[in-house]
Amino acid sequence: MILTAKWRQWLPYLGIAAVVAYCLAPFYWMLVSSLRRTSDIFSTSLLPSPLSFENYRSVFSPAQGFTRALFNSLIVAGVTTALSLLLATFTAYAMARLEFRFKRLVLTLIIATSMFPVVSIVVPLLKLFTDIGWINTYQAMIVPSMSFTLPLAVWNLTTFFRQMPDELEQAAMVDGCTRGQAFRKVIVPLAAPGIFTTAIITFIAAWNEFLIALSMTNKPGMQTATVAISKFSGATTYQTPFGSQMAAGVVVTIPLVVMVLLFQRRIVAGLTAGAAK
Amino acid sequence: MADTTIPRNDTAARPGTAATRRPGRSPAAGSPRSRATAGSGRLAALLVSPTLLVLTIVVLYPTLMALDESLYGPKGLDPTTGFISTTEPFVGLKNYTDIFTQAGARFWNAFWNTTFFTVVTVSLETVIGVAMALIMHKAFRGRGLVRASILVPWAIPTAISGLLWKWIFNADGIANVLLGHQVLWTADGFSAKIAVVIADVWKTAPFIGLLVLAGLQVVPKEVYEAARLDGASARQQFWRITLPLVKPALLVAVLFRCLDALRMFDLPYILIGAQKGSVETLSMLAQNEASNVRFGPASAYAVLLFLYVFLIALAFVRLLGADLVGDVGGTGKSRPRRAGAARRRAQEVTA
Amino acid sequence: MKTSTARAIQCSAALAAAGLLLTACGSSGGSGSTQAAPATAFKGRGPITYVAGKDTTGTVQTIIDRWNKAHPKEKVTFIQLPTDADSQRQQMIQNAETKSDAYTVLATDVVWTSEFAAHQWIEPLPAQQFPLGRMLQPVVQTGTYRGRLYAVPASSNGGLLFYRTDLLKKAGITKPPTTWAQMTADCAEVLKLPEAKNMSCYAGQFQKYEGLTVNFAEAVNSAGGRITDANGKPDVDTPQAKKGLDFLVTSFKDGTIPKEAITYQEEDGRQAFQSGKLVFLNNWPYVYSLAQKSAIKGKFAVAPLPGLNGPGASSLGGSDLALSSFAKNKATALDFMKYFTSEESATYFLKNASLAPPYADLYDNAALDKQYPYLPDLKQSITKAVPRPRVVQYGDVTAAIQNEVYAALTGKKSSARALKDLQADLRKLTAQ
Repeated sequence: MILTAKWRQWLPYLGIAAVVAYCLAPFYWMLVSSLRRTSDIFSTSLLPSPLSFENYRSVFSPAQGFTRALFNSLIVAGVTTALSLLLATFTAYAMARLEFRFKRLVLTLIIATSMFPVVSIVVPLLKLFTDIGWINTYQAMIVPSMSFTLPLAVWNLTTFFRQMPDELEQAAMVDGCTRGQAFRKVIVPLAAPGIFTTAIITFIAAWNEFLIALSMTNKPGMQTATVAISKFSGATTYQTPFGSQMAAGVVVTIPLVVMVLLFQRRIVAGLTAGAAK
Repeated sequence: MADTTIPRNDTAARPGTAATRRPGRSPAAGSPRSRATAGSGRLAALLVSPTLLVLTIVVLYPTLMALDESLYGPKGLDPTTGFISTTEPFVGLKNYTDIFTQAGARFWNAFWNTTFFTVVTVSLETVIGVAMALIMHKAFRGRGLVRASILVPWAIPTAISGLLWKWIFNADGIANVLLGHQVLWTADGFSAKIAVVIADVWKTAPFIGLLVLAGLQVVPKEVYEAARLDGASARQQFWRITLPLVKPALLVAVLFRCLDALRMFDLPYILIGAQKGSVETLSMLAQNEASNVRFGPASAYAVLLFLYVFLIALAFVRLLGADLVGDVGGTGKSRPRRAGAARRRAQEVTA
Repeated sequence: MKTSTARAIQCSAALAAAGLLLTACGSSGGSGSTQAAPATAFKGRGPITYVAGKDTTGTVQTIIDRWNKAHPKEKVTFIQLPTDADSQRQQMIQNAETKSDAYTVLATDVVWTSEFAAHQWIEPLPAQQFPLGRMLQPVVQTGTYRGRLYAVPASSNGGLLFYRTDLLKKAGITKPPTTWAQMTADCAEVLKLPEAKNMSCYAGQFQKYEGLTVNFAEAVNSAGGRITDANGKPDVDTPQAKKGLDFLVTSFKDGTIPKEAITYQEEDGRQAFQSGKLVFLNNWPYVYSLAQKSAIKGKFAVAPLPGLNGPGASSLGGSDLALSSFAKNKATALDFMKYFTSEESATYFLKNASLAPPYADLYDNAALDKQYPYLPDLKQSITKAVPRPRVVQYGDVTAAIQNEVYAALTGKKSSARALKDLQADLRKLTAQ
């Protein structure tokens, strides 16, 4: 009995350890591989020895333009997320709170649009954007990225808004808030975890986009991080620059995670503070 | 008193409503409720139209182009000049009939592969994702760390994680070293399927985990406390309270995972390679046609895939519409209100 | 159905005619000037772009900078594409499909020429304006389509046999093998040595990708067979081709080639060779400098590929320069192409990026041979090399080859059956 109690106490920690191990073990391999010298790249030792930052130096060598690419990715993914969330919030509010005809049709349409393989829409889009002179612009990457972030955001937000109580909003409106204010001051703070998660997921989806970013740009200064990584090469054609690819993978992933961690506290705290007023 | 009765109502009613709601939904769908809200219809149109506008530009237009394209055959080679003609011949539905006749075996193989990957990966991801979410939800200390680490697999770009797994599954790679046995993962065969499943589940289970966790976080704690007071066991709590409450979030996550899995392309392409019968998916077939400059047949594959995905999505919306959309009224409408009431009381207490 | 057969016949006749033209071109010393000059007008001067896979050596940019300094009004911008050849091709095709003038001069893989030319995505070039006579003839062939020059060789590449000098010496073998039988016999001797425990004999690239086509073509050509004949018609269901394929199939069966080699691409083979798991390796010259930095430093050398009854024939790698049909400032582009493919540039690329040059005399340069000890063997490899099938539907052809050969190597089909099926597939594909 005591044993089981102790077991019970430790169980969550065991679970946490399992989850962390599951998520991080392959990533650890990525990290280790990125810290090996090019000549040790085939090694399977669990620790890199000798430790080498050669791959990171090559990732950030000025010729790769990787810093600029990270910045471009940040802009593209950031703006895509912001716009998607904004538009999706309106739409999701209508879906969750308003009664109107064709609601199911609209929802189906929204999801249907996210289903066409990107491979098939990229050539028509390229033609369109070439005609209107959008090649090598941020909007040429942002707008198509919304084709898959927007449906995701709308559907997610709809479910989260629907879990929010009607009465709070109505009470706020009785207190003299407009519908918009009631939504902003009551619903949004309460749905913060959902909104925040949606933002993360949207941001990552946009951050990882490759084919559109590759097709819509041909200037090194406009390329995003994923495109820049695809251009990593060894000293000769057949040599796979595995080490620097892994290093770039780490460089692309870590800031994202750190950023999420930082913003998580701020945003959630900020939103709940707003709600308390 | 109120504290216990309301949630108990809640828990007792939920499985019942979930069961009865579905059959009862269809007649209610076209109910006259919508007519009563013409004003909100205008507002809804206003709120929905920007989204639809953007989607029309970036998806509908190219999709229609692709539909049109699928009616044209590949450009022919002029034997005298040696040049490919500049126009594509109109072939009607021939691209579609060819897929089922000439390329039939390859198409069905890809169809079953796609279905296999979708069913297997999404089921595994759902189980693992929900487990992750529950663990994260329970964890008080170190939640930030867990949440950060759970993001890692999903945040790594697919192209990179494909390369990573290719390296891990290399003939002399770490996977075989750890297994102490040489499995030729990237050769064409069942092991290739397993490799793709492992890599895909690893990468996307966190997606479901995150969304379910968010769903859990909006479930009021009082509901659990009440249930515990009522003597519900942990398992009962999970099946009767947790699961029904996170169901909408879970369903949306599963739906989007299904849609993504059905279009799976990069991972098998990078990890195992093109033209491997054991992992070739429908998207890979479309890509293969396009890369050989047969845009018509490529579009035909894309359209077929689209229809397949669309049917699945439609089935989701039909079957689970009430949970997703909640346009049913009655039972569907009352739930959030009750959960909300519990939350409001909680706020009154804390304030 | 009827029309397609009729078309097939017409087409193969035309292909035959084209083949004749080609052989004529080849026998005239490769000046390539015999065909009626196409009436491309190379007009317009001004800024252009050069489009190629990313170059980390920095040599391409240096060569471009030199040009830009001399031609301030006709500057060249380097547009870098992904490293992976398939993505490069995809981007170039997208550019052509949208008829965009963003790309001017394209660095194309040697196997793309026919496809790009047939689609008229690239312009025919004035052959007499390039020093093709001084280039290696198999390399020049890769840039032609139906007897016309569409792409100028910028660099070349050929397969080499890497072998472990230390082990061969210990086993009492003084010379590298020139035939497959010798290679297997030498290997048997080496494997008797205690230090060769757990080693395997030979590997190339046998994963199902372009490398498999390269290795299969080498095996077939080295056994005196061919995949397509001089007229471009498939001719792979022959006893010679079977001997070539059988070499690979039996080697897999009896363990001469380790079974994991079915997953090998270039880098996997290099890994196995460098970690002392292989006695012989078929790979590109790039392995040389990397292996010199590994555990087997100073313990290996190179030789031309072995064959059935004597030295074999390599497949050709490398890249050519082509001119996009939709580009502006084609006069500048033509000048730039001449400059970029000149012997001076080729020397620079060889010295600083170890790219095999298309020019014959650069291989006989003592100073360069010192820097790259494999050059004489590479020259032998390239002069004897056979280009991979030069067909419009190359993507389908190479896929068909990979499918059948992979089935034979994994024991799903007999080699006879695989070649028969391949012949049928290729006939269908080239008959379009």
